[in-house]
Amino acid sequence: MTRIKLTVDGMAVSDDVEPRTLLVHYLREQLGKTGTVVGCDTSNCGACTVHLDGQSVKSCNVLAVQADGGEITTIEGLADTVPDRADGQLHPVQEAFRECHGLQCGYCTPGMIMASVDLLNRNPHPTEQEIREGLEGNLCRCTGYHNIVRAVQYAAEGEQP
Amino acid sequence: MIPAAFDYVAPTTLEEALAALGEHGDDAKLLAGGQSLLPVMRMRLNAPEWVIDLGRIESLRGIREEGDELVIGAMTPHAVVGEDPLVAQHARLLTDAEAEVADAQIRHRGTIGGALVHADPAGDLGAPARALDARFVIAGAGGTRTVAADEFFLDLFETAVGEDEILTEIRVPKRTGWRTHYEKFVRVKHQWSIVAVAVAVRLEGDTVAEARVGLTNMGNTPLRARGVEEALTGRPATEESVAAAAARASEGTAPPSDLNGDAAYRSHLAQVLTRRALMTAISGGTA
Repeated sequence: MTRIKLTVDGMAVSDDVEPRTLLVHYLREQLGKTGTVVGCDTSNCGACTVHLDGQSVKSCNVLAVQADGGEITTIEGLADTVPDRADGQLHPVQEAFRECHGLQCGYCTPGMIMASVDLLNRNPHPTEQEIREGLEGNLCRCTGYHNIVRAVQYAAEGEQP
Repeated sequence: MIPAAFDYVAPTTLEEALAALGEHGDDAKLLAGGQSLLPVMRMRLNAPEWVIDLGRIESLRGIREEGDELVIGAMTPHAVVGEDPLVAQHARLLTDAEAEVADAQIRHRGTIGGALVHADPAGDLGAPARALDARFVIAGAGGTRTVAADEFFLDLFETAVGEDEILTEIRVPKRTGWRTHYEKFVRVKHQWSIVAVAVAVRLEGDTVAEARVGLTNMGNTPLRARGVEEALTGRPATEESVAAAAARASEGTAPPSDLNGDAAYRSHLAQVLTRRALMTAISGGTA
């Protein structure tokens, strides 16, 4: 077992983990953060996307020990990153996915939202093409991309002055 | 899917890493960004007893200028290489290719050195490395040695980096002002290249003074399309001479046949993509 210390959704945690433990399993099974899901389990689909030190990563393709010392944001803590957030208020990208119905079955949604937040952090006003290419690492098997792209556009517009 | 159990060590210096590698030898795998290794371990296609994580060695990261070369630390993530202004200025072809590697999440974790040592023939960095004549700095217990791109890739998933050695730097000769393009053909945007072509050309007026062309997934290793380079050098930068040169793209290649296409299909594709890549580069490149 290896001792790791990290910050997850603003909370300092410290645990002994087997080195082979994947970050997604640590988050779900040891911390109970089941908002992050396992989709394909082959690092293709992006459903398990979280932020590690401010960057999107596929948490099924990172060992928990590699995240030692890092800061992680999952879909469960995303809304808490909003400054001066009111009780129950969603993150603007979560709100946009709800407003534009950027989902069908919802399974890809946690990863789609985390990837979209990362995309908008790097490119606050993307074109439709840039959104589609920026989300290339996330698959929706309901073929719901159209509304997902609209949701990202909606969120980007909302952030304009 | 969960990897088989292994012991883990995360050294903070290259010396410690080499010592760990010396100690555990054949039973160890080096972990760079893990974006290729971890899937392989999860599918139990590889089950090392030791994993030596290079992610805590700061000296293996970063990009700097040194004389006529750019020096890229082997553990520099794809996203950092792809967004680096020095790379864009002096080795634009790498900027172009990095944008096509997998997806944003993978580019955040995966490293340039890890991808090159993995040496997947469908990987996107080998062809640019060969086209740019990159040099590879390899550290071992006895010191470091430098290997030219033409001698680095030996076979499928096999490079000049020995079992007891670590790739530390990729040194890329500056080609400032060259026009470049990486033309990748895939069915699904974030997947491996079916075929891809990396080109860099230096124009003098309307003439191609120098041309360098690398091929992805046209053999067991990344290849140089020397026939195309010879046919284009000194010729006018026109569609006619590009088409004539591109017709030689599959010379000396040995492309694989798989569900994405057979060898004859890939040979044809290489010529088409070479023509497109050269025309895009000549007319201004990717930027």
